[in-house]
Amino acid sequence: MSVLEGKERRIIGFLCNWCSYGGADTAGVGRFSQPTDLRIIRVPCSGRINPLFIIKALLSGADGVLVSGCHPRDCHYAEGNFYARRRLEMCKQLLPAVGIDPLRFEYTWVSASEGQRWQQVVTDFTAQIHQLPPALRFSESPDLELLRQCG
Amino acid sequence: MRIGVFVCHCGSNIAATVDSAAVAAAARDFDEVVFSTDTMYTCSEPGQTGIIEAIKTHALDGVVVAACSPRMHEPTFRRAVERAGVNRYMVEMANIREHVSWIGKDKEANTNKATELVRMAVEKLRLNRPLFPKTFKATRRVLVIGGGVAGIQTALDCAEAGLEVVMVERESTIGGKMAKLDKTFPTVDCSSCILGPKMVDVAQHPNITLYASAEVEAVSGFVGNFEVTIRKKVTCVDWEKCTGCGLCTEKCPSKKAYNRFDEGVGPTTAINIPFPQAIPKKAVIDKEFCRYFTTGKCGVCAKICPTGAINYEQQEELAQEKVGAIVAATGYDLFDWRAYGEYGAGRYPDVISSLQYERMLSASGPTGGHIKRPSDGKEPKTVVFIQCVGSRDASIGRPYCSGFCCMYTAKQAILTKDHIPDSQSYVFYMDIRAPGKAYDEFTRRAMEEYGAQYVRGRVALIYPKGDKLVVRGTDTLMSSQVEVEADLVVLAAGAEAARNASGLAEKLHISYDTYGFFVEGHPKLRPVETNTAGVFLAGACQGPKDIPSSVAQGSAAAAKVLGLLSKDVLESDPQIAQVTLQRCIGCGKCIRVCPFQAIRETDFRGQRKAEVIEAVCQGCGLCNATCPQGAIQLSHFTDNQVLAEVEALCRC
Repeated sequence: MSVLEGKERRIIGFLCNWCSYGGADTAGVGRFSQPTDLRIIRVPCSGRINPLFIIKALLSGADGVLVSGCHPRDCHYAEGNFYARRRLEMCKQLLPAVGIDPLRFEYTWVSASEGQRWQQVVTDFTAQIHQLPPALRFSESPDLELLRQCG
Repeated sequence: MRIGVFVCHCGSNIAATVDSAAVAAAARDFDEVVFSTDTMYTCSEPGQTGIIEAIKTHALDGVVVAACSPRMHEPTFRRAVERAGVNRYMVEMANIREHVSWIGKDKEANTNKATELVRMAVEKLRLNRPLFPKTFKATRRVLVIGGGVAGIQTALDCAEAGLEVVMVERESTIGGKMAKLDKTFPTVDCSSCILGPKMVDVAQHPNITLYASAEVEAVSGFVGNFEVTIRKKVTCVDWEKCTGCGLCTEKCPSKKAYNRFDEGVGPTTAINIPFPQAIPKKAVIDKEFCRYFTTGKCGVCAKICPTGAINYEQQEELAQEKVGAIVAATGYDLFDWRAYGEYGAGRYPDVISSLQYERMLSASGPTGGHIKRPSDGKEPKTVVFIQCVGSRDASIGRPYCSGFCCMYTAKQAILTKDHIPDSQSYVFYMDIRAPGKAYDEFTRRAMEEYGAQYVRGRVALIYPKGDKLVVRGTDTLMSSQVEVEADLVVLAAGAEAARNASGLAEKLHISYDTYGFFVEGHPKLRPVETNTAGVFLAGACQGPKDIPSSVAQGSAAAAKVLGLLSKDVLESDPQIAQVTLQRCIGCGKCIRVCPFQAIRETDFRGQRKAEVIEAVCQGCGLCNATCPQGAIQLSHFTDNQVLAEVEALCRC
C-alpha cells in the first residue's frame, strides 16, 4: 500500500502546529474538499524544518513537498518563520543543483483561521505536481542502472 | 516496543468515508504493532476504557490513536494512557478526520491515506521516549489588557478571589465603549449608572494596580512567569499630584481640541478629563492643541493648578511587572464609515455614526442630551438609521455580522421618540438579528410601540436637498424604490478589531484572524483560551459581542486564570530541546537563534558547550534545525523522528 497508482502522487506536507496545521483542521471542520494526495507531518514551528527533510523526501521518491507556517510576523515562537523563510527560499534555489525540479517544492503561509486558503493551497499544489512526471524511485534511477552495468 | 493501534469511527464522521476496520486490519502488519482494533468513539468513556484494558491485556507501551486532530484530543488520550501506567508522551495520533474523512468522499483513497497516516504515526512512536514534566513556581498575578467592561469584569473577579491584578488601559480612563453609551438594550437602563460603580471598584480595590494612558510595550517569558514592560504615555500631568479638580479644564484657553471621548461631537479643551465619572479622574494634555506646545506661550494650567501637577517636560516611562497570566480584553473599534462614499459621511455634517449619536443622546454628552443636527443645531424631526454599514458586506472586506447593531439601532429609534415625541424614525435593514433574551421583543417594541418605520433594503445614495438629506433606497419587500427626506442620518457602523490589535497579538504570540480578531483555542470548547498557554481572551477582541456576552466572557476568562493560578507550581511541557554534550562543538549558533534566550553557554571540562534552560525553552525547535552537528534535538520531534515519518511515507 502506498499512494494509489495512477490516481495520486506522493506529496508530503510539513506544517507548523500553531497556524497551518490548525488551518488544515479548519478546512476539515468546514468540509472544504481537497485532493487526497497530501500526507501531513506536524512540526512545532516552520523554523523546526531542516531543509534536509525536504531534500531527503524528494530524493526518497516524494513527488512534491509543501511547507506551510504562520504568516511572517505572526509566529507562535516570535521569529521562527523568519528563519524558515530564508532557509526554505535557499532550499528552493538549490534544488536544481541536486537535479530536482524546483516546482516540486513550495512553501507558503496559512493561518489557523484560513481554512479556505488551505483548501486552495492544497488544490493548486496538487495540480502543479500532477503536471510534472512522476518522480523516479531510487531503484528506477537510470544512474543506478548505469552503475550496475559498470559492475 | 509493543504498540497498540486504535482506529476511531467517530460515529459516522470518519466511518462514512474511511473503512476504519480495514485501517485497523492493515495496521496489524506494521512493525512492533501487537494489537489493533477499531472503536465507535475512542474518546468516549468506553473508548478510553478500551485503551486502558488493551494496555493491560497486551502489555502495550505505546499507543497510536487514529481519530481527530491532535489539537483536539491529544491531551485526552495522554491522560488515558497515563491512567494505565504508560508515560503520557508514548501516544501518537493520526489525524484521519479533519485531514482525511472530512475533506474527501473517495472511500478507497481515504482508507489508503488513513492507513499511511497510521503507519507514519507508528514509525514516529517507535522513536518516542518517555518524558517527564518539571515543575516551576508561578507568579500569582494577572495582567488585564484593556479596561472596557470585559476587562473590568475579569479584573474585579480575579481581584475578589485574591489575585493581584495589573490593568493596562491605553486611554486616560477606563470604561471603554460602554462608558460612551447613553442607555443599553433591551432594558434601556443607563449605561454609566451600571458601569460607573464597577469602575470605582477597580480604582479602589486594593488588589488592582491601574495603568491608564499606558500600553503594553513588550512581553517576554511564559505561562506562570511573564515579564511585561508597560509604556506610560506622556500626559504632561503628574498624576501623583493631580486631584482631578478640573480647574485647569475650565481655564484652558484652547477650547477647540478634538474630543475623542465624544467622537468629535463638540470640542473639548486641550487639557481635559474625558468625562465626569472618569477613572482615574486625572487631566491629560493633548499636545496637538495645547498652546504651550503649538505657540510656545501659555502655561495657564500650570499657573492655575493648585497642586503644581502640570509638567510640560514629562517623558515617557517604562514600568516592569511580573505576572503569571495575561487576559487580552482590548475590545473593538468602529468600522470607518467613510468607506461608503455614497452615504456622504465626512462630506455632509448631518450624516453621523451611531456612536456619535449615542454621545448626543447622553445627558452628560456634548449636547447635554439634546439631539441636534451638527450643521445648524436644529432638532431633527425625521431621522434615518442605516444598518449594516461595515457589516455583512464582502465588497468592503467585512463579510461578518457585527451582531449588536440591530439591537442598538432599535434602542436609538426608541430613544429618538423619547427625546423628540413628534419625530419619525426610519430604519433601513437587511435582516433583523435579535437572538437574545428579550431582544426580539425589544425590536418589535421599536416598531409597534414607538412607530419606527422598518424598511428592508439597502440605501443606494444620500444627497443633500435644501437643508435636508434625501435618502434613496429600495424596499425589497414591496419591490419599490423609497425616498425619505431626512433631517439626520445615523449610520450603524459595524465593529472591527481594535486599532493595532494585530500588533498586540504579535507581542502576546497569539493568532488573529483575517479581520484582526484574536483566535480562541477552540470555537466551542475553549472560547476564552488561546493556543498560547497563560494567555486568555475576554470580550469583543475575540469577535463582536454585546455587553452581556462581554461580561460573561470576562468572568469566564477570570475563572480560567483562577484555575491556572490556583496551584502554587505549574508543570512545564517536557517537549523541549536537549543537548548531547559529546556532539556539541560549542559554536553557539543555537544560542543566537533562540527567540527565548533559553540556551546558554557552559563550560564542560574546559570546553564550550550549549545548555538548555529547561523552564524557559518553549520547544520551537529552531535550534534543532540550526545545529550543524545535530547535537541539540527537540524531544518528541527529533530529526530521526521526522525522518522516520518521511521514510514511512516514501517507502514501497
